[in-house]
Amino acid sequence: MSRIWRYGDHIDTDVIIPARYLNISDFKELAEHAMEDIDTTFAPNVKTDEIIVAGKNFGCGSSREHAPVVLKVKGVKCIIADSFARIFYRNAINIGLPLLEIGPEVEKIEKGDDVEVDLKTGEIKIVNKNLVIKTKPLPEFCQKIADCGGLVNYVKAQG
Amino acid sequence: MGMTMTQKILAMHVGRDFVEAGDLLVSQVDLILANDITGPPAINEFEKIGRPVFNKDKIALVPDHFSPCKDIKSATLCKQMRDFARKHNITNYFEVGRMGIEHALLPDKGLVAPGEIVIGADSHTCTYGALNALSTGMGQTDIGCAMASGTTWFKVPAAIKVELTGKMPKYVKGKDLILTLIGMIGVDGARYQSLEFTGPGVAELDMSDRFTICNMAIEAGGKNGIFPVDEKTKAFLQGRVTRPWTAVEPDPDAEYVQTVQIDLSKLVPVTSYPHLPENTHPVSESHHIKIDQVVIGSCTNGRLEDIAQAAEVLKDHKVNDNVRCIIIPATQEIYQEAIRLGYVDIFIKANAAVSTPTCGPCLGGYMGILAAGERCVSTTNRNFRGRMGHVDSEVYLASPYTAAASAVKGYIASAEEVLG
Repeated sequence: MSRIWRYGDHIDTDVIIPARYLNISDFKELAEHAMEDIDTTFAPNVKTDEIIVAGKNFGCGSSREHAPVVLKVKGVKCIIADSFARIFYRNAINIGLPLLEIGPEVEKIEKGDDVEVDLKTGEIKIVNKNLVIKTKPLPEFCQKIADCGGLVNYVKAQG
Repeated sequence: MGMTMTQKILAMHVGRDFVEAGDLLVSQVDLILANDITGPPAINEFEKIGRPVFNKDKIALVPDHFSPCKDIKSATLCKQMRDFARKHNITNYFEVGRMGIEHALLPDKGLVAPGEIVIGADSHTCTYGALNALSTGMGQTDIGCAMASGTTWFKVPAAIKVELTGKMPKYVKGKDLILTLIGMIGVDGARYQSLEFTGPGVAELDMSDRFTICNMAIEAGGKNGIFPVDEKTKAFLQGRVTRPWTAVEPDPDAEYVQTVQIDLSKLVPVTSYPHLPENTHPVSESHHIKIDQVVIGSCTNGRLEDIAQAAEVLKDHKVNDNVRCIIIPATQEIYQEAIRLGYVDIFIKANAAVSTPTCGPCLGGYMGILAAGERCVSTTNRNFRGRMGHVDSEVYLASPYTAAASAVKGYIASAEEVLG
């Protein structure tokens, strides 16, 4: 069971990791600034295997892969959203950060809820509400990249 | 069923007669781009693969974001990219003094031609659609892998058709068109889709307008923006691109998920309020907004035409006492032309600051950072919270005409109010 961090629509990569920190090449140091411009409580308090839940177009804006990277470094288990911006979606798959794109049903998950996620089946259980949301797992091609542990290993395996 | 321009470029590259939205393909790419922020982590991923670069002529590395380096950390990143470029003998590495803002520089250097596929570790790589190329932004892992393989995977996008008619009114530019469109369809209105611009109104737009429009396709969530080739495109390519190229046009029965009609003659100068590019408002309703700073430049609006428009407004005027005005020509060549044509003289007489090319202020890097409570009218592309500095500062997006006029007035104003 995971605690959730609940955010709204259009969470952009500039608030996920502000560009003023992008001169930092140590990702652990960089991750201390994750979500800083929208939620200063996130980086000091987020724990391994917690989940981010958000609205539409999560990760819009810059192509900076630093955005999914800092969330992964912070131990975020997966991100559930109504929808994801295209580049963020690719980047997260490529680095092995799972995403579940579930449409408006995301509204059922509210601040303070505890959630269980089965990434293989795409099933989300809101434990305190005894509610199950069935979603599609990752597309097969993306699942292959995920199974290899990210794109670098996938390309290596292709020879 | 026919194909869109974007679909045709993908089909051409994978040697198929037909592709459709949703297909997953692995395609060769014609050019790969990275900058000083995304290049170093892409290089780290590339090195994990342990292969040579696929083609030293088809990788462009441009230190432009925090360069000329603003501090020791950015100098370290730039050094890593420079060392990599030397080690692998990268043809298109652009050092300070030769570099410019990547999306203005690459087309000017003839590195992009119609029908080509360009991927870049920068979201505004979509700019080159103005030249009828399929160009799109990706992350550093994608780019690092492509530097080794010369290929990447694509999901064939569906498309929105934007049909342009009519003639542009005076002082209305491509920036006003794209901000108006984003206001209509929203910041996720073209998510995962192409924005394809067609219709008789295309001929009305000069190349700098088209670059600005395609540049901001990403701000509507788009994978790419793309224009067909016409005489203006050919004139731009003349003397820049010598290799053969194949232009694409949409099939008459190409499938679009939506058609948006824009009558250019109905457009007015607009500005997008904080903190999303979709918050588009007419400049005429924004006079109450007093400002502290103006930035004219960036990959969106730092081309010679943009600088010329700023000069037209600032000539024989002064920047308002309460405003700092920072003007950044996007490349060395544009800078030199701006000097030759007397624009830089106009700017300095008007009390504006002029800088060597850099992305600096656009992403809150340096060269014009905002304090808490400050407001900036900027010709850049994003007005997200904290984008240009303090989390409680504000960015209003606008055209060079509007930005320069606002610098003179001290509040958001149109060029017509200054020039009559």
